[in-house]
Amino acid sequence: MSDVLAQPVPVGRSLWADARIRLFRNKAAVTSLFFLIFMGVISIAGPWFSPHQYERVYTEYVRVPASLTAYPKPEQIAPAVERIAARVRAQIETQQVIGGSVRVTLVSPRIIDERNLAFFGRSDLFQGANVVERADEGRKLVIDAPIRWSTFLFGTDGNGRDLFTRTLIAGRVSLAIGLLATGVALLIGVAYGATAGYLGGRIDIVMMRIVDILYALPFIFFVIMLVVFFGRNFILMFLAVGAIEWLDMARIVRGQTLSIKRQEYVQAAEALGVTSNGILRRHIIPNTLGPVVVYMTLLVPKVILLESFLSFLGLGVQEPMTSWGVLISDGARNIQNAEWLLFFPALFLVTTLFALNFLGDGLRDALDPKDR
Amino acid sequence: MYILRRLTSALPTLFVVVTLSFFLIRLAPGGPFDLEQPLEAKVMENLNRIYKLDRPLIEQYWLYLSHLATGDFGPSFYARDFTVAELLARGLPVSITIGGLALLLALAIGIVLGTVAAFRQNQPADYSVMVFATFGITIPTFVVAPVLQIVFGLMLAWLPVGGWNNGHVRNLILPVIALALPQVAVVARMIRASMIEALRSNHIRTLRSQGLPRSTIAIHALRGAMLPVVSYMGPAAAALLTGSVVIETIFGLPGVGRYFVEGALNRDYTLVMGTVVMVAVFVLVFNLIVDILYALLDPRVRYDT
Repeated sequence: MSDVLAQPVPVGRSLWADARIRLFRNKAAVTSLFFLIFMGVISIAGPWFSPHQYERVYTEYVRVPASLTAYPKPEQIAPAVERIAARVRAQIETQQVIGGSVRVTLVSPRIIDERNLAFFGRSDLFQGANVVERADEGRKLVIDAPIRWSTFLFGTDGNGRDLFTRTLIAGRVSLAIGLLATGVALLIGVAYGATAGYLGGRIDIVMMRIVDILYALPFIFFVIMLVVFFGRNFILMFLAVGAIEWLDMARIVRGQTLSIKRQEYVQAAEALGVTSNGILRRHIIPNTLGPVVVYMTLLVPKVILLESFLSFLGLGVQEPMTSWGVLISDGARNIQNAEWLLFFPALFLVTTLFALNFLGDGLRDALDPKDR
Repeated sequence: MYILRRLTSALPTLFVVVTLSFFLIRLAPGGPFDLEQPLEAKVMENLNRIYKLDRPLIEQYWLYLSHLATGDFGPSFYARDFTVAELLARGLPVSITIGGLALLLALAIGIVLGTVAAFRQNQPADYSVMVFATFGITIPTFVVAPVLQIVFGLMLAWLPVGGWNNGHVRNLILPVIALALPQVAVVARMIRASMIEALRSNHIRTLRSQGLPRSTIAIHALRGAMLPVVSYMGPAAAALLTGSVVIETIFGLPGVGRYFVEGALNRDYTLVMGTVVMVAVFVLVFNLIVDILYALLDPRVRYDT
C-alpha cells in the first residue's frame, strides 16, 4: 500500500513546459536567446563602464580608425605638440617621448607665459604640463606633459565621438524602441482581436472592416504623418508606430479566438455565468499567446528596421542621441573614407536582427502544435 | 464581369483611403508655404486664396474629390509649375522599371533557391540558402546599397555609382539588385516552406514513385507551392513598383518613391494625396491580380461568388 503511494504521481506537461523543452533543444534559438540577453546587458550597462561619454567630442581624434591599442599613435604626438607650441607662442627646441609622457623644450624670444601651458591640459592628447626646468628668465622652459591615453575600440565618428560608446547607447535606444512599439502593438492587438473574435456577429464584422480599411492606407504615409505630428519626440512616435503595427496582431488573435471560443471549457465557463470580460481574460487571451509570442519576436526586428529606415530619412532619433539606424546612415555617407563607421553599427544591428529571427523561428517550431 | 465587379467593390475602399489621408495631412501643423522666414501676411493671404486654401476644409475636400473624379490631381504646391499628374508621369516609368525588374529577379532567383533548398532539406545546400535568406531579410537596404556602390562602382569600377541616364542598362543593375535582395530572401523562404509541404503530398509521392525526373516533379510541386508566394507578392509588387525611397535616394533616381516623404515634409498636400491615390490603386489592382492568379493556380478556388 505504502509502495503505491510512494510512487511519484505522473505530472502532465503543460503547453508551455513542453514548448520550453522543445525550444531549449534548438541550438540556434538558445544561442540567439543568450546573444540577445548579452546584447541587452552590454547596451544597458556598457555605457556606464565605458571611459568615454557618448556625446563627448574629441576634436583631435576626428574619424580615427578602430584600434585595439590606445591613442595617440606615436606619429600623432609631434604635430600635436607643434600645434600647442604655436599657441603658446614658442619654438620647440627638442622633444622626445619618455615612457608615458613627452619632454619638450620650448624657447621664445620673449618670456613664455606659463598660463598658456594650460593648452596641454585642454588637448585630448595630454593630461597637462609640468615645468621641469626654467632658464633664461623664463625664455626657455623644459616641460613634461603626461600623455592622455584613450582607446577607441570602434574608432570615432566625424565629430570625434567614441563610436563604441555610441553604438552601445544606440543599442539601448533601438532595443527600447523595438520593445516599446511591440508592447503597444501587443496590448492593442490582443485586446482588439480577442474582443472581435469572442463577441462575433455584427460587432466582429464592423471591427474587422475597420482593420481592413487601415490596412489599405499606405503604411509609410501613416508613419510620416506621425513624424509630422509628434515632431522629434521619438518615444511618443514609437508608441504611435506600435499603435499602427497592431493590425496583424489583431487578425492573428481574432482567428485564434474564433476557434477557442467553441471549446468546452469556454462553454462551461459561460454556463457557470462568468462574465464575457472574465472569459476573455482567463481563458481566451492566455490561450492565444502562442502565435502572439512568435509574432512578437518577428515584430521587434521589424520595428527596429523601421526606426533605422526613418533615421536614414533623417526623421528618427535626433542628435546627440543616437540609434543604430542613425549610426548606419551616418556610416553609409562616410563609407568611402571611414568604413568602420558603417561596419560596427551594422554588425550590431544585423546580428541582433539575426538572433531575433532565429529565436522567432525556434519559438514557432516549439509552439506549433502541428508537427508534434 | 468578375473583374469589373471587383473593381467597383474596391471603389469604396479607395474613397475611405482618400478621405482619411486628406484629413490626416490637413490636421498636421504647418502649411505648404511655411518658409524659414515667414512670408508677409498679405502674400500668404494671396497664395492661400489662389490655391483655395482659405476655403472651409469641407469645401476644399469636395473640390478635391470632384477634381479627382475627373482625373485631375491638381497642381503641386512645392514643385511650382508642375501638376501632380506631371510629376507622377515623370517618376512612374523610372520606379516601374526598377521595381518591375527587381520583382522579376526576386521571383526567378527566389523560386530556384527555394526549390533547391526544399529538395535538399537539412543538407548543406539547404542551410546555405537559409543563411543567405536570413541575411537578405536582416541587412537593411541602406546598408547593402552603399556597399554595392563601393564595391562595383568605385573599387571595381564596373558600373556607375548612381544616376538614371535615361534608363541605361548599366545604371539599372545595382539598384535592381539592392531592391530585389530582400525580396529574393522572402520568396526563397516561402517557397522552401511550402515546397517541403507540397513534396509530402500524395500526388507528388505518386509522381516520385513513377520515377519521374526531379525537374518534372518540381514543376508539379511548384504549382501548389506558389500559392503563399502569390498572395505575398500582391502587396509586395505594389510596393516595389511605386518606388523605394531608400533606393531612389541612394542611387539618385528620379522615381516616385521620394514624393511621399518630400510631399509630407513640405506639406505639399496635392502631391501627398496624388501619391496616396497612386499607391492605393496599385495595391487594389495587384490584389485583384493575386485573386485571379490564385484561381488559375488552385482550381478549388472559384471566383463565381
